[in-house]
Amino acid sequence: MNKTINFRGVKFPNPTVLASGILGVTGDSFKNVVRNGAGGVTSKSVWLERHEGHPGPVMMGTEHFYINAVGLPDGGIEKAKEELGKYLEWKERAPLIGNIVAGKIDDFENIAGQMQEIGPDIIEVNISCPNVEDEFGRPFACSTVDAGSVTKVVKKIVKNIPVIVKLSPNVANIGEIAKACEANGADGLTVANTFGPGMIIDIDTAEPILSNKVGGVSGPGIKPLAVKRVWDTASAVKIPIIGMGGVLTGRDVIEFMMAGASLVGIGAGVYYRGAEIFEEVNEEIDEWMKEQGVKELSDIVGKAVRK
Amino acid sequence: MNDIPKILKVAEVRTENPTVKTYVFRGYDLGATPGQFVNVWIPRVNEKPFSVAYCDDKEFWLTIAAVGPFSKKIHDEIKVGSKLGVRGPYGHGYTVPSKKHIALLAGGYGAAPMYFLAHEAVKNGCKVEFIVGARSKDLLLYTDRIEKMEGVKLHVATNDGSVGEKGFNTVILQKLIDGGSIDMVATCGPEIMMKGAMDICEKAGVPIEVSIERYMKCGSGVCGNCCVDGLGVPVCKKGPVMSGEMARKIDGLAKWHRDSVGMKIVW
Repeated sequence: MNKTINFRGVKFPNPTVLASGILGVTGDSFKNVVRNGAGGVTSKSVWLERHEGHPGPVMMGTEHFYINAVGLPDGGIEKAKEELGKYLEWKERAPLIGNIVAGKIDDFENIAGQMQEIGPDIIEVNISCPNVEDEFGRPFACSTVDAGSVTKVVKKIVKNIPVIVKLSPNVANIGEIAKACEANGADGLTVANTFGPGMIIDIDTAEPILSNKVGGVSGPGIKPLAVKRVWDTASAVKIPIIGMGGVLTGRDVIEFMMAGASLVGIGAGVYYRGAEIFEEVNEEIDEWMKEQGVKELSDIVGKAVRK
Repeated sequence: MNDIPKILKVAEVRTENPTVKTYVFRGYDLGATPGQFVNVWIPRVNEKPFSVAYCDDKEFWLTIAAVGPFSKKIHDEIKVGSKLGVRGPYGHGYTVPSKKHIALLAGGYGAAPMYFLAHEAVKNGCKVEFIVGARSKDLLLYTDRIEKMEGVKLHVATNDGSVGEKGFNTVILQKLIDGGSIDMVATCGPEIMMKGAMDICEKAGVPIEVSIERYMKCGSGVCGNCCVDGLGVPVCKKGPVMSGEMARKIDGLAKWHRDSVGMKIVW
């Protein structure tokens, strides 16, 4: 049985990838996640400069959903150099995806260039955080023009490693936006960021609970929605996809792969099963492969879409 | 799973010393063990973690020092009858031993969770040596309560010698360990003090548990802000209480921690 996934020339030992913003503050934290079985790790979104997050509460969950509005806190690219730098020696074991964010389209060039210098295997461009908006109050990922422009700016400077763009699921036309990124040179897509935004209100005080009032929704409740976004994207483009959204089990990973994902991100799953989720999910994938007689896991990518 | 905050009314407020107050919540079974913590939420303000100072099936206490904007706001505005959001308990606490001779080493505010542990240990038939240390007499915490406990002997050290032995409380721990009858040690307080206690215990071959404090946000091992270097694990989940053996693997123990965006801060 082989679970290795070749994603634009980058070899992942298994399809599970730590999603951006989870356990991603320090280099040693990435190593801990990889010791727990992750096939790859994604950094938190890195800004050029220090960026404060929101006050608490910033995230919480129930058995049905997870909701967060952390506000992309970050120490900036200088801190990333130290922390991601510490992880580089482990790249062979599990590749590193450096996630970048910026508030203006032009700023993506500088941060992308500096992230490339650090030396991750892949750069993931976050254009879909609900906290970062264009002049019309929309994330860049909600406009085909903006999504294409950001992709173009990053591709202009990042020449040696694949660039993938993390899309928002909160659009009616994810296929079109995916095509705009592909046409501007994206090497892959991450589908997708959190849904919403959503809100939770405490009924004893009539107060929204998140300090930011609204937050992105993830966790088990959004999984069928996310699978559909991956399916729609895979039907629209040829470039490979990292699928994610409510993945808790090995069977969930396989479902996303059949919808067209080559790799599968795990984020909120860490809330439900701890960092140990990676090893457990991989064991569950092994069981399924054995049961079904699947020898090469990459063969199932897009299997449901191709029918 | 559900860690949406519960809104609880403050039943009683006790002034412990000029900078510390205890907030008592009644009629709610939090189910916390000594060393665990909760996140306290004031709507439209913020949410911060606080260790549980006492808990049974009818009430629990939070002993809060006014050290930052959030805790000062609690001191200034939260009265009997005020509502606070509480979620947790989070993390895992101290081992509560049975029928052992144990030493508890508390520095400053660490006396509150140590009191909870002493209470539970005595229930399990332990003999407890409770060492409390503070910079000076007026900053000592919980000593009146500890003195009255059956099966507990209070030892006091102050840096300025205003009460008890003058100097570090670890000196008292060393003497007790040298006595040869201490089976295990638990400590809570400044990391440099806990590191000192770890060194004493390691030399003597006595097991110790420490409580590691880092900047925490989610309480669930998700956000990663409280991950310690070396181990790489979130202490909100794999701690805050851990064995001395595990704590020794933390890079920068008693040297640095990290702020709200993960930047290193030297202690």
